[in-house]
Amino acid sequence: MKKILPLISILLLSACSSQNLRGTGDLGLIIERAIGQVQLVEHTGNTSLATIKGLGDLSHASIVYSRDARYGYVFGRDGGLTKIDVLQQKIVKRVIQSGNSIGGAISQDGKLIAVSNYKPGGVKIFNSDTLELIVNIPAVYADGKQSKTVGLIDAPGQLFVFGLYDASEIWVVDMKNIEKPVITKFKDIGLFPYDGLVTPDGRYYIAGLFGEDGLAMLDLWHLEKGVIRIMDHYGKGKEKLPVYKMPHLEGWAMAGDKMLLPAVGHHEVLVMDKNWKQVKAIAVHGQPIFVMSRPDHRQMWVNFAHPRNDTIQVIDTETLEIIKTLKPGKAVLHMEFSPRGEHVWMSVRDENRVDVIDTETFEVVKSLTADKPSGIFFTNRAHKIGL
Amino acid sequence: MLKTGNILQTLSFILLVILSLNRYAHASDNRQQELQHLLKHDCGSCHGMTLKGGLGPALLTDSLKDKPDELLFITIKEGRPGTPMPAWKKLLSDSDIKSIVKILREGLN
Repeated sequence: MKKILPLISILLLSACSSQNLRGTGDLGLIIERAIGQVQLVEHTGNTSLATIKGLGDLSHASIVYSRDARYGYVFGRDGGLTKIDVLQQKIVKRVIQSGNSIGGAISQDGKLIAVSNYKPGGVKIFNSDTLELIVNIPAVYADGKQSKTVGLIDAPGQLFVFGLYDASEIWVVDMKNIEKPVITKFKDIGLFPYDGLVTPDGRYYIAGLFGEDGLAMLDLWHLEKGVIRIMDHYGKGKEKLPVYKMPHLEGWAMAGDKMLLPAVGHHEVLVMDKNWKQVKAIAVHGQPIFVMSRPDHRQMWVNFAHPRNDTIQVIDTETLEIIKTLKPGKAVLHMEFSPRGEHVWMSVRDENRVDVIDTETFEVVKSLTADKPSGIFFTNRAHKIGL
Repeated sequence: MLKTGNILQTLSFILLVILSLNRYAHASDNRQQELQHLLKHDCGSCHGMTLKGGLGPALLTDSLKDKPDELLFITIKEGRPGTPMPAWKKLLSDSDIKSIVKILREGLN
């Protein structure tokens, strides 16, 4: 009996733990870029739950989530595509799908994962369940050369949209029939598209251009209208400052009928009206990288490129004035809002910290230790178009 | 007596020089580490953290072996017009840039 008692208690304990159910809606993953691991966190109590190792080179890594918000798909720089189960806190599948990749997207129906590759230049589309390759789309342009692909997003209608950095093109891939993808190519859209975004309603795809002024815009409701140039007057006649880090367009902010986005080569956040005309340029601390809207759109949070990346500025979207300047520490790389925006999490890379900040009082609510943290991705992205 | 004072003076001067040299060495060690960090994490945002390339080309020892030092130096200092490579001269001194070229030749550890 003495021997059996512990056995019974173990059985009882394990029975209890299997009853220990939880949802995934308050979970998230933080990239620890230099050591190839992610940290699993929860934003109800703002704690770290686990570390998941073995993800390879995670510089510039990003994550999308399955529609049940249980699986995170991590896109690593080394071409690694890793599927993580956030409930079991482990890797369930990992493939090396290219030599050098930059990001990815999940389809509207959640069944496909697309990955954007630099080398070999193109996009590969995988089964989100098994990570088996379904379609390989080399980004072939002039003379059979392959372009690096950038700004890959999902859009309604089982679409994936991306830019060809070296070829000045935007491609739209319709995956309604996985046996027969339909690719529509738009050429001469402008020099060096370096990133892209889709508006939160999934209608407009906008590519930033590094080689020219302005942005390239495609109305996904009306592909027949082609790519048009917006804000092309911007920047003319002004000497650009050196850009030590490319801005990101993802997470750019829409507030009412205004849109805010980072300028390139100017220490400004640009404000556009709904006709895509620039109505204001807000002078800010440095070259903006992310201009991110708090979920209620009342505030815009901005971080900056090296060497001014120790600072965050907050813009009020009604007055378009800077209402707060914070100095969280060296190299603030990324921010992520809690789903309803009472907190924002930010990675302070060179201080090995992730701070949780109250967006009303601007107080630090909590600091977590993390190794060279970069991107922070909460599971509520699972239900957002273009994320 | 005067002689001993002189010797003492000379000795303390030498000591001072040694100490300050040592401190200088430490300072340049620190700078060296800062430059390694810059290369890995900030240059790395375009060239990849392991320098095997990203939006910008690979900067591995092997991929640079046909490029003379002067070309690397001028590229870092002045940038490359027509590409996103910026001029770093506002942030880095000539000796910083030389150190970076040296690190690139030896490979990032």
